[in-house]
Amino acid sequence: MKFTLSWLRTHLDTDASLDTITRTLSAIGLEVESVSNPADRIRGFRTARIAEAVQHPNADRLRVCTVETGAEAPVQVVCGAPNARTGLHVIFAAPGTYIPGSDITIKAGEIRGVTSAGMLCSLRELGLGEEHDGIAELPEGTPVGADYAAFAHLDDPLIEIAVTPDRGDALSVRGVARDLAAAGLGRLKPWLHDTVEGRFDSPIEWANDYAEAAPWVLGRTIRGVRNGPSPKWLADRLISVGLRPISALVDVTNFFTLDLGRPLHVFDADRIAGGVLTLRPARTGESLAALNGQSYTLDAADCVIADASGVQSLAGVMGGSASGASETTSSVFIECALFDPIIVARTGRRHQIHSDARARFERGIDPALLPSALEAATAMIVDLCGGEASEVVSAGEMPAWQREATLRFRRLAELGGLAVDPDRAVARLEDLGFEVAAREEDSVRVHVPSWRNDVAIPLALEQDPTLDVTIAQRAATSVPAIEAECDLIEEVLRLGGLDAIPPVSLAPDSPIPARAFTPKQTRTAIARRALASSGLVETVGFSFLARDIAARFGATPDALRLLNPIATDLDQMRPTPLATLVGVAQRNAARGISPVAIFEIGGGFSEDGEQAIAAGLRWGMTPRGFGQPSRAPSWSEAKADLYGLLAALGVPLDALNITTDAPGHYHPGQSGVVRQGPKTVLGRFGALHPAVLAASGIEGAAVGFELFLDAIAEPKRRRKAAPELSSFQPLTRDFAFVVARDVSADAVLRAARGAERNLITAVRLFDVYEGSHVAEGHKSLAIEVTLQPKDRSLTDTEIEAASSKIVAAVAKATGAVLR
Amino acid sequence: MMKGRSRWGGPFVLTNATDEMSDDLQTLRQETEAALAEAGDVRAWDAVRVATLGKSGRLTGLLKELGKTPPEERRARGAALNALRDELSEAIEARGRALETAALEARLAAERVDVTLPVTEAPRGLIHPISRAAEEIVAIFATMGFSVAEGPDIETDWHNFGALNIPAHHPARADHDTFYLPPSPGLDVPRVLRTHTSPVQVRAMRTETPPIRIIVPGRTYRADHDATHSPMFHQCEGLVIGRDIHMGHLKGCLIDFLRAFFALPELPVRFRASYFPFTEPSMEIDIGCDRRTGILGEGSDWLEVLGSGMVHPRVLANAGLDPAEWQGFAFGMGIERLAMLKACIADLRAMYESDLRWLRHYGTSPLTPTILHEGV
Repeated sequence: MKFTLSWLRTHLDTDASLDTITRTLSAIGLEVESVSNPADRIRGFRTARIAEAVQHPNADRLRVCTVETGAEAPVQVVCGAPNARTGLHVIFAAPGTYIPGSDITIKAGEIRGVTSAGMLCSLRELGLGEEHDGIAELPEGTPVGADYAAFAHLDDPLIEIAVTPDRGDALSVRGVARDLAAAGLGRLKPWLHDTVEGRFDSPIEWANDYAEAAPWVLGRTIRGVRNGPSPKWLADRLISVGLRPISALVDVTNFFTLDLGRPLHVFDADRIAGGVLTLRPARTGESLAALNGQSYTLDAADCVIADASGVQSLAGVMGGSASGASETTSSVFIECALFDPIIVARTGRRHQIHSDARARFERGIDPALLPSALEAATAMIVDLCGGEASEVVSAGEMPAWQREATLRFRRLAELGGLAVDPDRAVARLEDLGFEVAAREEDSVRVHVPSWRNDVAIPLALEQDPTLDVTIAQRAATSVPAIEAECDLIEEVLRLGGLDAIPPVSLAPDSPIPARAFTPKQTRTAIARRALASSGLVETVGFSFLARDIAARFGATPDALRLLNPIATDLDQMRPTPLATLVGVAQRNAARGISPVAIFEIGGGFSEDGEQAIAAGLRWGMTPRGFGQPSRAPSWSEAKADLYGLLAALGVPLDALNITTDAPGHYHPGQSGVVRQGPKTVLGRFGALHPAVLAASGIEGAAVGFELFLDAIAEPKRRRKAAPELSSFQPLTRDFAFVVARDVSADAVLRAARGAERNLITAVRLFDVYEGSHVAEGHKSLAIEVTLQPKDRSLTDTEIEAASSKIVAAVAKATGAVLR
Repeated sequence: MMKGRSRWGGPFVLTNATDEMSDDLQTLRQETEAALAEAGDVRAWDAVRVATLGKSGRLTGLLKELGKTPPEERRARGAALNALRDELSEAIEARGRALETAALEARLAAERVDVTLPVTEAPRGLIHPISRAAEEIVAIFATMGFSVAEGPDIETDWHNFGALNIPAHHPARADHDTFYLPPSPGLDVPRVLRTHTSPVQVRAMRTETPPIRIIVPGRTYRADHDATHSPMFHQCEGLVIGRDIHMGHLKGCLIDFLRAFFALPELPVRFRASYFPFTEPSMEIDIGCDRRTGILGEGSDWLEVLGSGMVHPRVLANAGLDPAEWQGFAFGMGIERLAMLKACIADLRAMYESDLRWLRHYGTSPLTPTILHEGV
């Protein structure tokens, strides 16, 4: 919403400065988006008069002018304009003035041997017009030495405010003025308008077949008008807020749209067929060539205004070009209507039309203003274009808009935190147009003004259907009165400025705050720090990506495909953040950044729902270093990353087992699924599948892991037994077992560990060998077993017995033989 | 290697017995001392020790023969022999120590390296600025007694809009640029990617009994993509419900937060009336800054950082709380915006671009404190 200070002052009597006005607007909820003054561009130009213009002695086309500029002595200026003549009132730029139209700064100098101390300007040079026939000619009698911007009424700041969706009434200069007056910045001037007596019956009448969309419409015909350009004051007013004047008839409607927030439309009465304008839903296949030059195919929910020949207007949104007012219009029908906000909003959104009319109707306009606005518009048209007006025709009736609201004064402090004096609170409401219906000592009941479509509006609740009926009803019963009261509290407080409310620190319930994280949130925080501590850099990626990419990492059900993606490569909810990381690796690789070691903690989406996943990825050769050759990432690093993370999260690693059924984005022979018990999958790791990497544009190996944060069990709150700290030296024994190649190391280690539970505290694998010293299809696994005596040293016999048990257990479990 | 105990005093101490020493002992002493001086390494030194003090060493032999000495000489001879034994033991030990020191020095000299050789540093991982900002936000609100609540990214239309007093066709809905998903199989409930973290307010009010103090950092989505908008971004919602929570608390809480977050105890904070469907009264919150330099807390410009308001009575009732009994405030902030302001990050899009050079520049060490008393 844009308006100028001078326009505002037609409604507001104020001596407040521009700065005070803009600060107040922002404070009371009409946020100022910009303030600009067209005069700022043309500072320094003054009105002047050519006292004498004579031929330049050395140039045919130049004149030497003696110019009265308001200074004591006249100034000599050399001018090339053919119209520079004695007695002409002109615009003068002294040396040092910036000329916006030609982007130069005037300097004093000599032109063909004659000194010239300034410049006489055209409007184009001021950036104010295109004509360049010569210098601008100001009217006879123009005062000399005045600031040109002020003289031309250009010194008029333009204010643009953002109006929130609830404040349809503030989409008008008058509404803004009313708010400012109520905030103490002056007095709202009374709105006076003429009425025009109807001289004949309107040849065009209303028919309403869509009362839901158009509860009330008024109109009247004015015949014998002469359309043409608007007078300067009206054209200037529209230009000042960035609108292009079109013709007097159209400009009048635009003026009232902005001035009163009251959109109007004028039809060329001679182009309305059949003498009836019908409000009705659009019919299938109907279309409208609108005033903006576009053609729209209409929907059955759209409300249209049609005559016998078809649709002439999209109600409340935009008129049609066929019946619009033109230069030749001699008879007009003015439409002044009340349209349903939701139906207008839907139509506007459906056809992507953003018009001033739509913006106002969809926020709700003043239903009581229709008759007087129609009179005012009629009067202005008759004034500007002549003609005589018909009687008013209408369909429907003014809807009941009257509502009441009650404010208990103590609630200003209880809800608002500021004990506003009751008289003051009531005065502010009255300034906004609320009328006191009943005033008590502790409360006031007010009538809500017709233009406030945001206060005490009865609307159906959307309560949770699973709520207990009694609870739901009790809550619902409280809403209307409390909501209306909140509306009033908001009005009283905003007008005084919210900065007046004293801040009160929110003390915690206890001096030592309770924990803020759930155990799961703590896990996520630990996971983030643990992964970063292990050298991975955290990334944050979009939760959606291209469907074909997502498909490489899991299922891509239609239910997880966006209906309106912002781009075709951001349409599918990702199955895992690992999918995002592969893209990150590719992008970094393309920029020559290597190696890449990254992680992301975020959602993975499947038909079963969302789950929090910590995923990591390593790609690229490690840098060559002193004593450390460059190497490619190995599956074992991904496993180490995952196991390190599990350990950091307090998962007992001994109890985990690994299966080799990782999903298809992993290398089938170099990946594993980490399980806790038969059902719980904690994560998976491994080299990524070469085909997936190739499809993702990644060269070389990459390894990764995924950990399902929700799968980690809650830590149990139980007393931890004290550790057994033996004072006897542990001893170690090495064994080398030969097993078939497909026997897992895990099976051997597990069997060894279980052979003598009371004695064996650790089993470590330290060598794997396949080759000439071991039979074909077999491998040798060398393990170190730690025996920890508890209360006395072990005898050789006991050690021997333990060793035999280990060998037997491993042999039984895996078929291993001691090498 | 060193056996026996040395006496106080240095090596080669002459004892009183020397004068009475017989020639053979003098010779033994001189020869042993010469052999020791000649022993250049531990092996040679050990040979001298064994030859002198060993089981069949020369001095040991003389001591064994003492019994055969006539009784009248035995006493003097014994004293002389003992003195010589002490003296030679001392000398041998001293020589041994000297050789050991020399050997160690030689080894240390041989082991000298170029310590300016570059080493392979463990790669450093970092926390993303968005996560860092969220952690700081949570840390500050946690001291005010807030706990962290969460909700799903894929929300029902009711949680995201209807419950929050944004009915269908409300103009505010158009502003949200919502991403829509097909209804989940089996359930005919319209689904959206949540456009704000506010639906978690509704979830909290449905499941918790007031008083409530929650903070909700999380991912949010809007179909908008340009220099200052990302289709996915992060918000942090806050909700406080009680019997007597009022706008003064709202202001105090958020002023306290903003000053703590930006570590500017005097940061100017301004409250402007505004409109949100789910709060009433509503307000937007600005902090003072100098737009030209970008420095917060200076200059005369204002930057919008938060939206807030008293929870709308309809929202309370939609979630089953009686607005005659409960009231409170809610607020929402863009985590990226706060992170960018605090860390002077200019480009929003770089947050999701995941260029490692950018991440290394703006990332935070995982060891940086996340609790207030250590500083956030």
